[in-house]
Amino acid sequence: MKSSLSYWQKTCRLTLWFLLVWLLLTFVINWYASELNQFVFLGFPLGFYLAAQGELLIYLLIIWTFNRRMNALDAEFGIDDE
Amino acid sequence: MFGSLTRLQRYYLFYTGGFLLFVGALALLEDHGMPPRWIGYSFLVFTISMYALIGIMSRTSDVSEYYVAGRKIPAFFNGMATGADWMSAASFIGLAGTLYLSGYQGLAFGIGWTGGFVLVALLLAPYLRRFGEYTIPDFLGARYGGNAIRLVAVFAAILASFVYVVAQIYGVGVITSCFVSLQFEIGVFVGLAGILVCSFLGGMRAVTWTQVAQYVILIIAYITPVAILSFSVTGNPVPQLVYGKVLQEVRSMEDQHFNAPGEVEARRLYAERADLYAQKIMQLPHSLMAEREELSAKINDMKSGDAQTRDIVALEKQRRELPHDPDEARLRWENLMFAAVERSRPPVHHAEAFSGEDEAARWSMRINFLALVFCLTVGTAALPHILMRYYTTPTVKQARDSVFWSLFFILLLYMTAPAYAVFAKHEVLSHLAEMPISHLPGWVSAWAKVGLVSIEDINGDGILQLAELSLNPDVIVLATPEIAGMPYVISGLVAAGALAAALSTADGLLLTITGALSHDVYYRIFRPQASTQFRLVISKSLLLVVAVLAATVAAQKPGTILSMVAWAFSIAGSAFFPALVLGIFWERATRQGALAGMLVGLSLSVYYIVRVEFDSIPWLSVRGIQMEPWFQIQSTSSGVFGVLAGFVTIVVVSLFTRNSGDDARRFLDRVRRSQVGREVQ
Repeated sequence: MKSSLSYWQKTCRLTLWFLLVWLLLTFVINWYASELNQFVFLGFPLGFYLAAQGELLIYLLIIWTFNRRMNALDAEFGIDDE
Repeated sequence: MFGSLTRLQRYYLFYTGGFLLFVGALALLEDHGMPPRWIGYSFLVFTISMYALIGIMSRTSDVSEYYVAGRKIPAFFNGMATGADWMSAASFIGLAGTLYLSGYQGLAFGIGWTGGFVLVALLLAPYLRRFGEYTIPDFLGARYGGNAIRLVAVFAAILASFVYVVAQIYGVGVITSCFVSLQFEIGVFVGLAGILVCSFLGGMRAVTWTQVAQYVILIIAYITPVAILSFSVTGNPVPQLVYGKVLQEVRSMEDQHFNAPGEVEARRLYAERADLYAQKIMQLPHSLMAEREELSAKINDMKSGDAQTRDIVALEKQRRELPHDPDEARLRWENLMFAAVERSRPPVHHAEAFSGEDEAARWSMRINFLALVFCLTVGTAALPHILMRYYTTPTVKQARDSVFWSLFFILLLYMTAPAYAVFAKHEVLSHLAEMPISHLPGWVSAWAKVGLVSIEDINGDGILQLAELSLNPDVIVLATPEIAGMPYVISGLVAAGALAAALSTADGLLLTITGALSHDVYYRIFRPQASTQFRLVISKSLLLVVAVLAATVAAQKPGTILSMVAWAFSIAGSAFFPALVLGIFWERATRQGALAGMLVGLSLSVYYIVRVEFDSIPWLSVRGIQMEPWFQIQSTSSGVFGVLAGFVTIVVVSLFTRNSGDDARRFLDRVRRSQVGREVQ
């Protein structure tokens, strides 16, 4: 059974969620970098590790998941662009 | 495994194998006595002729092929091409050095330049592809209607791209003059040839396939030296995994060196020097005259005595080189004072975030870090030469996927750069700090000769203190092969990689500029009836003109234009990002709103840069305009204000003006597919 939301409404909702994750990661986590640096991860101070590698990998993950969700949404509504 | 690859993937696999064989053959030849200079030439000739070959094979006279590669580029390859398009000479050569010098603070570049692709994937790429025209001004023109917005967009695209392309060509000149000892100006025009062989004949199609080839070379060249270095230091050839351990060693060496008596002494001497210059600046113009008189008196003394002519000549030279007038003296002494202040500061641990003497200083570091991340992110998501690439995929789904691949290929470099910095620091702390200056490793004197490393024994103890060493950021990547004791062929490889990075970015930028001029200005505004044949002729001639113009500017070695590249992100972000995003996601945005928002964002950003960075503009005869930065934000992050002002202006003006009408409605229905699923409600 299809939900009552249109394709565009669902797209917007999905985009907003992923955007929030991105905002949190980019601006909140980095704000506390010096506090996070007290922890050690893989031999790195955690704040440094996140800024040098962790966040970049999570960005990649965000895009990958978003694409999967969008493909599923396209399939649900039978959208096949060009 | 091999059979599951596409035909194109197999081609590029063969190409990569061929390149590795070529490098191996050169290594053998070097072993048998081939001189370094010839190795440099071989790399230059081999790589540029490969690019030329691809360019000629992809030549085209079809408009769609020329502007958007016929929309036939698969996601994977579009990602690779975007990677090469994105990573410029500055990313390749300069980033690792910036990270070396600024530690944690420099990581803002990596975060901003990758985080921007999340915005591209979420907010822009799929909609640009679904719209499916040729340029970014096209998109804005179709959404908001009217030529005014198109012209503003063209202006902003050229403003952001032209300085950028000049910096790339300048980079080519530096690389060729460093590694094959061509004269700088000749190097610039060799670079120009390298750029034109692909873009002139085949436009976007040729540029894309060349960029893929260039990406392969640049990533091999970037990772190889640091992998070898990592293997020799830690026994593990994957630097990204193991440099945490090295960072710990760096940390303990830093503890040991930072407060050594020699270091403290050297820093105190630099502080004294800074005070001395401050005094001299305060007492201008008197201090300048006093200094000249003092030198003259000394020269006369020596002339009347029996001093060596050589010493007298040296002093006379010193007198000749004194500043000619108080203005010049102020400028020069201020620079020297700031350099001394910089060296007198207590050093900061590499991984330490937001360090500072007091809470206010720490707050300023933190806010500047986030502001820079914001500007680079938004700028990345607004640079026309990157966004244009998402017009070239076959479908919307592939456009989304290709953002994933873009980020994947870009990550490989940005995750390696911090490792470079840490390994270099490890080398400096273990083999340079507190060592006798006469016994430093060979790479130090080799790079000191070209002025990228400088050493000054300020306390005269014959031992190198960290404060006495200054490294140009570029030297980190360029010297790593020598630091690890690798043969010259690896240095040649690095040069080829840097060249690939510069050429690929320059190609993408040139296409953006000529696309904006020929498609948006000439075809859309002046002569919509022009034949496709003629449009291509115009486009190619403009390409030639713009390329020669950029090379001519680069050949003048303009110092300021290089620092202007950092501003391109703020400029592009302020001009394009709010109008693009609101154009897609807010149907109430109107033409007047967008126009006002773009103009306000762009002007505020430029205004802030000018007021913070310059005190006078001689050719406008304006003086004394320098102002204090707002909230201590540096000029490279002027986009913080520009982007926010852009958003606010578009919203406010749109609310006060009438909707753009049916065209905008139809446009939105098309890019959003907003009719789909409506009937279910």
